[in-house]
Amino acid sequence: MKQFTFARAGSPADATRQFRNGAAYLGGGTNLVDLMRLGVTAPDHVIDVTGAVSDEITAHDGGLTIGAGVRNSDLSSHPLVRERYPMLARAVLNGASGQIRNAATVGGNLLQRTRCPYFQDVSMPCNKRSPGSGCQATAPGADTANMAVLGHTPFCVATHPSDLAVALTALNARVRVVSQAGVSQARGMAPDGGRWVDMPGLHRLPGGAPDHDTVLRPGELITEVELPPPAGGRQTYRKVRERASFAFALVSIAALLDVGPDGRVRDCRIALGGVAHAPWRALAAERVVLGVPPAAEVFAGAAEAELRYAHPLAGNAYKVTLARNLITTVLEELIP
Amino acid sequence: MSDTHPIEGHRAEGRDKVTGAAWYAFEHPVPDAVYAYPLQAPIASGRIGAVDTAEALAMPGVITVLWGGVAIPFGTENFELALFERSEVTYRGQLVGAVIADTLENARAAAAAVRVDYAPDEHDVVLRADHPDLFRPEKINPALPTDTGYGDVAAGLAGATVRVAATYTTPVQHNNPMEPHAAIASWDSAANHGGSVLTVYDSTQGPTADRDTIAAVLGLDPDQVRVVSPHVGGGFGSKGTTRPHVILAAIAARAVDRPVKVAMTRQQMFALAGHRTPTIQRMELGASADGRLTALAHDVLEHTATRTEFAEQTAACTRVMYGARAMRTTHRLVRLNVPAPSWMRAPGETPGMYALESAMDELAVALGMDPVELRVVNDPSAEPESGLPFSSRNLVACLREGAERFGWAGRDPRPGVRRRGRWLAGTGVAASTYPARRRPSTATASAVDGGYEVRVAAADIGTGARTALGDIAASVLGVDAARVRVVLGDSALPDAPLAGGSMGTASWGSAVADACAALLKDGEHGSADTADDVAKDEGWARHSFGAQFAEVLVDPLTGEVRVPRLLGVFAAGHIINPVLARSQFIGGMTMGLSMALFEETAVDATAGGFVRADLAQYHVASCADVPSVEACWIEEVDPHLWPGGGKGIGEIGITGTAAAIGNAVYHATGHRVRDLPITPAKLLATA
Repeated sequence: MKQFTFARAGSPADATRQFRNGAAYLGGGTNLVDLMRLGVTAPDHVIDVTGAVSDEITAHDGGLTIGAGVRNSDLSSHPLVRERYPMLARAVLNGASGQIRNAATVGGNLLQRTRCPYFQDVSMPCNKRSPGSGCQATAPGADTANMAVLGHTPFCVATHPSDLAVALTALNARVRVVSQAGVSQARGMAPDGGRWVDMPGLHRLPGGAPDHDTVLRPGELITEVELPPPAGGRQTYRKVRERASFAFALVSIAALLDVGPDGRVRDCRIALGGVAHAPWRALAAERVVLGVPPAAEVFAGAAEAELRYAHPLAGNAYKVTLARNLITTVLEELIP
Repeated sequence: MSDTHPIEGHRAEGRDKVTGAAWYAFEHPVPDAVYAYPLQAPIASGRIGAVDTAEALAMPGVITVLWGGVAIPFGTENFELALFERSEVTYRGQLVGAVIADTLENARAAAAAVRVDYAPDEHDVVLRADHPDLFRPEKINPALPTDTGYGDVAAGLAGATVRVAATYTTPVQHNNPMEPHAAIASWDSAANHGGSVLTVYDSTQGPTADRDTIAAVLGLDPDQVRVVSPHVGGGFGSKGTTRPHVILAAIAARAVDRPVKVAMTRQQMFALAGHRTPTIQRMELGASADGRLTALAHDVLEHTATRTEFAEQTAACTRVMYGARAMRTTHRLVRLNVPAPSWMRAPGETPGMYALESAMDELAVALGMDPVELRVVNDPSAEPESGLPFSSRNLVACLREGAERFGWAGRDPRPGVRRRGRWLAGTGVAASTYPARRRPSTATASAVDGGYEVRVAAADIGTGARTALGDIAASVLGVDAARVRVVLGDSALPDAPLAGGSMGTASWGSAVADACAALLKDGEHGSADTADDVAKDEGWARHSFGAQFAEVLVDPLTGEVRVPRLLGVFAAGHIINPVLARSQFIGGMTMGLSMALFEETAVDATAGGFVRADLAQYHVASCADVPSVEACWIEEVDPHLWPGGGKGIGEIGITGTAAAIGNAVYHATGHRVRDLPITPAKLLATA
């Protein structure tokens, strides 16, 4: 392991001031420490930000503000989260194990790296870990069972592993990020010099630069997640994995369906996990469902509209079937 | 020996383990130890060229770098243990060198800075049925005939009323004990005569055999080596053979003249600690209308390494199970650029019983016969192939008892018709078997401080061997088990065989019982060597049997499989300690469930190696996957076993489980997945 210095930050400004090229922010450490052990990443300065950002959940303007330092277990058990955003509570409870949820933070969860086996093995080529080295997962005979079916490029076929991010993507959450004063003086600034990043929009598709997981710039720190007032209707999160617990999603879905008094869908949100480099907001599917009475045929059409452009790899065509089945079956379960 | 001895249910070392007082290999406080970190080849085939160690040697804390150019010659032909001796690379992850430094972190950092040039060759890592290089091995593990048979299989199939022909495949699997392989090696100064020259703290299933192998590899006499291994965090066969980390620790310690510690990472274990071969198994069965087998053929394809041959005895179980009129078993291997496959819990029986018991279920379906009854009508009166009488065989009793406890009666055989909410429900059954054998062992027993001390170089790999041997000794001595102290896990103790092949308790227990009997005569001390007794063990077919019943739920829209209920009934002779025995049975069954649904090491054809090399990707059952795994047993009184009367229980639990679950998945869905593991991807592909 490369030698590194370690410091605790007491405030966002303290954290961002300490940041320099080659530094890394540390939350619960449930992913970063693994990656440092594996040699996937080797920061020379580690800044513990758990004391720099809020670990509280507060109600505001009908919505909720979640400090980036809130532990996943506290998030999933918070009464307001369970009552108003049940898909979020369910998503977080479906992630990892109890021990890991106790340690993992909201900010860290959003910024965790892919669990692609080739990314995690430094003896393999990987454009995400080592730009320009190639993508072993696209070579013939590679293990592609857990790779992406949507939005991937020849540069990277990895998936984003977070459950939390999928639910936040469906809930139209936004995250607040701050950076060293003066660096992010740009449009969309928050009053204290930070900026808001909408979800979807935080995580990137790989394009030609899969080394960038998100749109965050070096040194930017997530300080909180803001949830808008809860939507109407019913919502849930469903995660499919071969093991009953402690496994990443093969495919997961966060879904919300609100049917108006006229019998037509007035709000529909669908986000998929396990299918792409980012949590996948299924806008094409939502458009099919919005404004019409909910019905199985409609949902099948919605799934088709979304998955028409899926490109499964040699070993993961099942994910397209699975995503289609999840969209239709979960939406049917949400019909009031 | 008496059947009534105190059963406390407490492990002798339980308190030490939960309080951290039990030292595992890496934890022994050896002063002045430094650390070696391995260098592994990133290619699967080729040669090592120039090695540049300059940058690594200049890094903080680095003492030296070992590699082929500076390493010492070995007294062994064992390719995997003669470290760095050849410039040839035959599998991805092969050890090609090591960095020794003052801390593990410094050694690991410097390892990344060693520049090794490779000249890669073409590699081949994929087992396939039409591989042109398949060959017939001389023998199969442990020393069984490769191909066997009797009668006319072709005629038996031709004359059958019902036939089943199907191919079953199983993937590469890894043992993955919780404690990674680790060792500390320490050489005594030359002045210290009389003691061992080399002391090794290792995590091993057999201190005696480990000592002998280490000595042979290093060109020492066995009495110059001492292996200390008081606690072992699981092995499942992967610690039954000496692994390269021990040799690395020993040569590194000699090179730097200080004790050296080596611990494999989880990722390294996938290349350096053995694995179970993938299998391609062709089953052909024929039966008359009453279900009696007219022919049974089991033809197996497996891989082995280019430099080391290991032939898993996958079809050996078929030679034991059913009374077919004609039978054929064969094994063929292909040498691939893979690490050497080796023992993994119930080698042979585990993949073999998956195929045989799945095929029996397919035959039952084809016959329209209950799968329990099909097994009953084919239960042989003597071992089918050898003709030897069974010392005891209670498969039918296990099936009957299991059917009763599980609620099998009245089962609707139709597949795919039972709904439970979004789930399809099904049940399945399969048989289990494992040989009951023992090996020669020695032991001593002494009266010490008002109590008794038993000494034997056994290994407690988490099974509770220390406790079971204490039970056996107490029973012979006629005292409370609390008064017996069992000392094991050290090659300085009386020689003993491995904890392996479900032979530990019978082998060590025979010697311990004899030593205790001798102590009773002598009053102070007794010793035993069972070599002569064990040599007389011929003449009977000795096997454990069992029956496993599974209930599964399958979501047809997602392909998820859950197992709400798994029941095993076993006939394994006399059960020495019911608490420990239950743990062994349900542990085996849980591992069988993992094999059925989760365990798979992906093979990357282009990169030429194993992928998913950690426990976040190589999945074993979590607690949520095993809501109800229950085991019970039929107490057998078998006069043809060792005096303790137990048949061995470490492995039978895993045999047949995957078939019972696969059969239940078929019953639930109507789809027969013949390729393990049974994943959502495969079930969705059948929809």
